[in-house]
Amino acid sequence: MVSFSAVAKRYPGGQEALKDVSFSIEAAELVFLTGRSGAGKSTLLKLIPAIERPSAGSVIVNGQNVGALKRSAIPYLRRNVGLVFQDQKLLYDRSVHDNVILPLAFSDHSPKEAARRARAALDKVGLLARERSNPIQLSGGEQQRVAIARAVVNRPSLLVADEPTANLDADSAARVLDIFLAFNQVGVTVLIATHDRSLVERYGKRVLTLEAGRIA
Amino acid sequence: MIGWLRQHRQALLLAMRRLSRTAGLLSAAVIGIALALPAGGYAVLESLRSVASRASFDPEISVFLPLGARRADAEALGARLRADPRVARMRFVPRDQALKELISVQGLSEMVAALGHNPLPDAFVLTARPDAHETLASDLRKLPGVSHVQADAAWARRLAALAALGRIALWLLAALLGAALIAVTFNTIRLQILTQRDEIEVSKLIGASDAFIRRPFYYLGLLQGLAGGAIALAIVALALALLNRELRPLAESYGSSFRFEFLPAAAAAAVCLMAGLLGWLGAHFSVTRHLRDIEPR
Repeated sequence: MVSFSAVAKRYPGGQEALKDVSFSIEAAELVFLTGRSGAGKSTLLKLIPAIERPSAGSVIVNGQNVGALKRSAIPYLRRNVGLVFQDQKLLYDRSVHDNVILPLAFSDHSPKEAARRARAALDKVGLLARERSNPIQLSGGEQQRVAIARAVVNRPSLLVADEPTANLDADSAARVLDIFLAFNQVGVTVLIATHDRSLVERYGKRVLTLEAGRIA
Repeated sequence: MIGWLRQHRQALLLAMRRLSRTAGLLSAAVIGIALALPAGGYAVLESLRSVASRASFDPEISVFLPLGARRADAEALGARLRADPRVARMRFVPRDQALKELISVQGLSEMVAALGHNPLPDAFVLTARPDAHETLASDLRKLPGVSHVQADAAWARRLAALAALGRIALWLLAALLGAALIAVTFNTIRLQILTQRDEIEVSKLIGASDAFIRRPFYYLGLLQGLAGGAIALAIVALALALLNRELRPLAESYGSSFRFEFLPAAAAAAVCLMAGLLGWLGAHFSVTRHLRDIEPR
């Protein structure tokens, strides 16, 4: 599903965020990516939806070489990759429901079908009752669940989450991770970056560890 | 296909909502006021032109004989003129008839009566064949037995030259204000992009194509231009109505029914369409320039 081979990423100015990173993730796998802050986790995740391009090596997602993708092809790649960020990136000028339905605006679903899907996604993260609220009224954990609902509403085959639990208390964090687990159980490939090793060890899933830009 | 149409409808509705906010309406008003100037100027110029073309533009040449000329002299000159191939039409105006015509003009009869005698000479009034006007007039001046030749082409030429000048000035004005329209739209769209920054970034992250993100901005530029064009036409209509109300008594005192006409339908439609097109163009420049700067990090 995802395969990195000999990937390096240098930022302008010479800073080397990733060095010779190789790994692959099978379809329907759930993998944790850990490492200290600054180890390169975010950079690695950004290579998957082509937010960043690798300086060397190849990143293959769903059989596509992401690094060589034309600019115009990137949106189609991203529609098949659900992204969840530490800072949620929700829009606070609209309701929870309107945030979740956003990715369906440029799909071919009828408005009725899109609304149905958005409600289904909100139901899966346990927030259907809050669909009319503004995200600002929600707790951090709830906002993160809205972000997850938005990431899965298009039914992507791959979910990528960057520190989704970083700002949450233990209960909220556990609830968010349980949701990822539930999606994984129905066949979605999941890659979660977190610096919290104790959380990772509880689930007994495969763990990739980054140290100073290399897979340890 | 249905999905594509739906996306366009959504973008259009979004653009309409954005336009209906104060900033959008103000920009449309600015565009409207700017465009009212050349559009109104065009309407005025066209009205004047239609009057000028209704007035006889076939310039006439009046050939006056000396005051004491005998009828035989006049007949000899008449025969000579009739033989000239450059003369298209001609008529003889004897001095008695000229005096009668003068007396019939209101307010002049007493003045003529006060003169005690007929001050008018015999005259020929003739029309030259096209292009021969100037040469004919100057040749006539050299003829013996002709005391004065009046060729009234000069004022017609001046009027035509003035009208041409007016038209060029209008086009220059329209071009300048068209550029201003593009600049206004460019800036409106820039501000709009800045306020939508978060939404644009999120849209890119969740897989919105560039076309999808650009679409509402193109529609906004187009609608703002169209609205500006419509406002310009409304301003022109209102201004002409006011002018015509004041003009009527004046025109009537000259026995004229002159009034400023609104732009012909085709010209009015062209004003709106052009404004819409320029708005679209301004949006295009702005979107091309500013959307690339917003990339998710």
